[in-house]
Amino acid sequence: MENQNNNPAPMTDRQRDVSRKISEIVELTDISQGDGPLVDIPIEDQIPLPPPFDKIEDEPAHTPLTDEARKKYESDLDMTIAVNMPRPETNEDEERLVKSFLSGMTKLFEEENNWLFLEPLIISVEHCAKCQTCSDACHIYEESGGHDVYRPSYRSEIFRRIYYKYIKGESTWVHGDIDLNWTAVARLIEMSYRCNVCRRCAQTCPIGVDNALLAREIRKIASQEMGITVQELHEAGSVLQQKVGSSTGMNALVVKDNLEFIDEDTSERAGIEVETPWDVEGADILLIHNAGEIMAWPENPGAFAVLMNAAGLSWTLSSDLAAYDGINYGVWYDDVQFARTAMLHMEAARKLGVKKIILGECGHAHKALTVIADRLLTGDMNIPRESCMTMLLDIVRSGKIKFDKSRNDFPVTLHDPCNMVRLMGIVSPQREIINAVVPEGRFREMAPHGVENYCCGGGSGFAIMSKHNFAEWRHRFTGRRKFRQVLEAFGNEPMDKEHPKYICAPCSNCKGQLRDIIQYYDAWNKAGIGYGGLVELMVNAMEGVEHDYIDWEWH
Amino acid sequence: MHMIPYIVAYAAVLVFVVAVISRFVMFSRLPMHLRWELYPVAHEGGKKAVYGGSYLEEFEWWTKPRDVSVIGELKVMIPEIFFLVALKEHNRKMWNSSFPFHFGLYLVITCTVLMILSGILGAIWADYAVGGLANIIAKIVTITGVGGLVLGLFGALGLLVRRLSARDLKPFTTPADLFNLVFFIAAFGAALALFATADTDFTIVGGFVANLITGNMVAVDTGATLLLVTVVLLSVLLAYIPLTHMSHFVGKFFAYHSVRWNDEPNMPGSETEKKIPDLLMQNITWAAPHINGNCDKKKTWADAATENPAAQEDK
Repeated sequence: MENQNNNPAPMTDRQRDVSRKISEIVELTDISQGDGPLVDIPIEDQIPLPPPFDKIEDEPAHTPLTDEARKKYESDLDMTIAVNMPRPETNEDEERLVKSFLSGMTKLFEEENNWLFLEPLIISVEHCAKCQTCSDACHIYEESGGHDVYRPSYRSEIFRRIYYKYIKGESTWVHGDIDLNWTAVARLIEMSYRCNVCRRCAQTCPIGVDNALLAREIRKIASQEMGITVQELHEAGSVLQQKVGSSTGMNALVVKDNLEFIDEDTSERAGIEVETPWDVEGADILLIHNAGEIMAWPENPGAFAVLMNAAGLSWTLSSDLAAYDGINYGVWYDDVQFARTAMLHMEAARKLGVKKIILGECGHAHKALTVIADRLLTGDMNIPRESCMTMLLDIVRSGKIKFDKSRNDFPVTLHDPCNMVRLMGIVSPQREIINAVVPEGRFREMAPHGVENYCCGGGSGFAIMSKHNFAEWRHRFTGRRKFRQVLEAFGNEPMDKEHPKYICAPCSNCKGQLRDIIQYYDAWNKAGIGYGGLVELMVNAMEGVEHDYIDWEWH
Repeated sequence: MHMIPYIVAYAAVLVFVVAVISRFVMFSRLPMHLRWELYPVAHEGGKKAVYGGSYLEEFEWWTKPRDVSVIGELKVMIPEIFFLVALKEHNRKMWNSSFPFHFGLYLVITCTVLMILSGILGAIWADYAVGGLANIIAKIVTITGVGGLVLGLFGALGLLVRRLSARDLKPFTTPADLFNLVFFIAAFGAALALFATADTDFTIVGGFVANLITGNMVAVDTGATLLLVTVVLLSVLLAYIPLTHMSHFVGKFFAYHSVRWNDEPNMPGSETEKKIPDLLMQNITWAAPHINGNCDKKKTWADAATENPAAQEDK
């Protein structure tokens, strides 16, 4: 990781100049002007957090980009970098890239190249009333102190103006003017990664315009036409998964070995013998975890095994390529990569002859395979997919496992993963489960929650993106609203380490983001805020489990 | 000369109808897209719509009958159409102008429909004009007409002021956005002026509409100039709306029904499943190396989705 130290360099004159511009309006046409960042927001412009994190002097220091990074990569948007686009060396290179962008934009509106999202795209391009209702729904815009560049509509309107002027050749009097050059294209691509694609803005749009969809469509132009991708999502993400089986780098042998270790560890921690079944032909259920759980939160797949075995379910994992890792990063930036991974998942299920696939605690894996891939599957590849939430609730309701709520006698709040909740409508099962395993009065909802909940800030790939100072940027802007919600949910609790508080986040990426926020603000040491999944909470309350299953200090 | 308003009105109606139908047809003919629903979905039954739940909350959901509530959709759609509930909830400042503007339009549409109805009844029912029904309709025409024009004018002026002054709207406002509002203000203003000066009970306009229905294009003497201006402005506006982004009433229908609320699962053997093979056989020409790198022959979506170039690299 570049430029990550605890002693940031003093602010340069240039940075001071940028800071002074913050209260000024950034016009849409500014996108193609100048060669410096459009915005750099000082912490003073952001809304203070609730106590005990309300003192500005306690805010973590912000690490600026290194001069080397600024020189090498396009970084003229907002003093951070997500995409790592090398600066073109010649004018010809710039012109070629702009042409490539326009070629991609043309293909977006072609039926053969983009039938998958053509209708939502056209609706969102043609019918925005520019009322800015979307802005107030966006946690990034709100937590930026209301900066124009972070309006959901800012990037959409630039996209729209480029489309009408340079693709359709229509009047700028009607659609607004914009100049197109490489600076504008580079900023727009970078800006498409300033959105969590949580679609909260689309939820509030009076017409149904979807700015998050447009952010994703811009990412598609970059990836599918220009070959410009975020390394963590593409080379180290979907490509690695399709190459060796998992974005974690685990091949089939390694993942089996790791699960064997997890089984042993879980057996010891729970005092219940656990064995994870592999490649069982004819099993009822193919369980697909996010492999990040296996690497970073082994107690999660361990807890699944405890619960599913205790409930007497017929289940298996698959060691086929990609089938032991439910992630599908294509869902964030590339339809082809998305479809390839979805096909690998379904092929593994078909091969084993299972009755259904259960998705583990991973929001985007839920949405990718259950909802978005739905209209790609035919014949024997069209195998039912189900959320682990409904399976777990069925276990609770069956009474096959007895729970002792008193074992979870600490405050619990629930984070609603956007993909699972706002985008799939799976809202109540996890709440019913929590109420079955947590003492009365200990569970408190965030405000807002359910389908109106805010993104954790790690959505659309952000949780695994941390090059340069991007991780800090995401903590400061995308994750800050979630941290605020957590603090408010636990507002009436003693804020110290002696009183542990649990954020239940049934999604691997959300957990990664919460882990990072907690670390960034030192929230475990300062306020006793910890996190984990839902199955860990269940096993922690299981009768017959010998030790505490939740290990507060571990993360 | 007296034929002009009739010709303009006929032409405007024709353009409006053709343009609106064209947009509906355009959206209807778009290929089936991947699911991209957004909760709450209003037709989810069993009270799930209240909190945003879906059929995916059910254990083995594909084995259960789906509970789809048309009433649930109507309960959301009707208040949304008439009262712009989403805007009221999420952007009250905008709603303060947008609601009177839209509701004014609805009243003007109601007024126009009633005048058309009156014209039809007058043409087919000899005693219609002397009956009580004609009086009742005439009174409603006046109330909805005046109410609609006043509300619409108030709303359009409010929107214009906001577009010119609000910090968050001004940078996004194009000359055409301002023109559209000024157009509404001019057309509604002319109609109100006609009402105030020469047509306080809408008999002149009503007579004109009746003539349009019967094709009896006779000269209208009283308030002729103002009537000409009003009819031309309103007619051109009618024709203009569906040619601009103000046709969002069509887009909104598809945004809700085809995208946000389109949660139809692809069940084995379903019509949805039958559409998929043809879609997958379409060519894909995206140029990035991981899609069409080192490939001379045309590739389909099925080819692209089932190949694995990453795994091939090592072989």
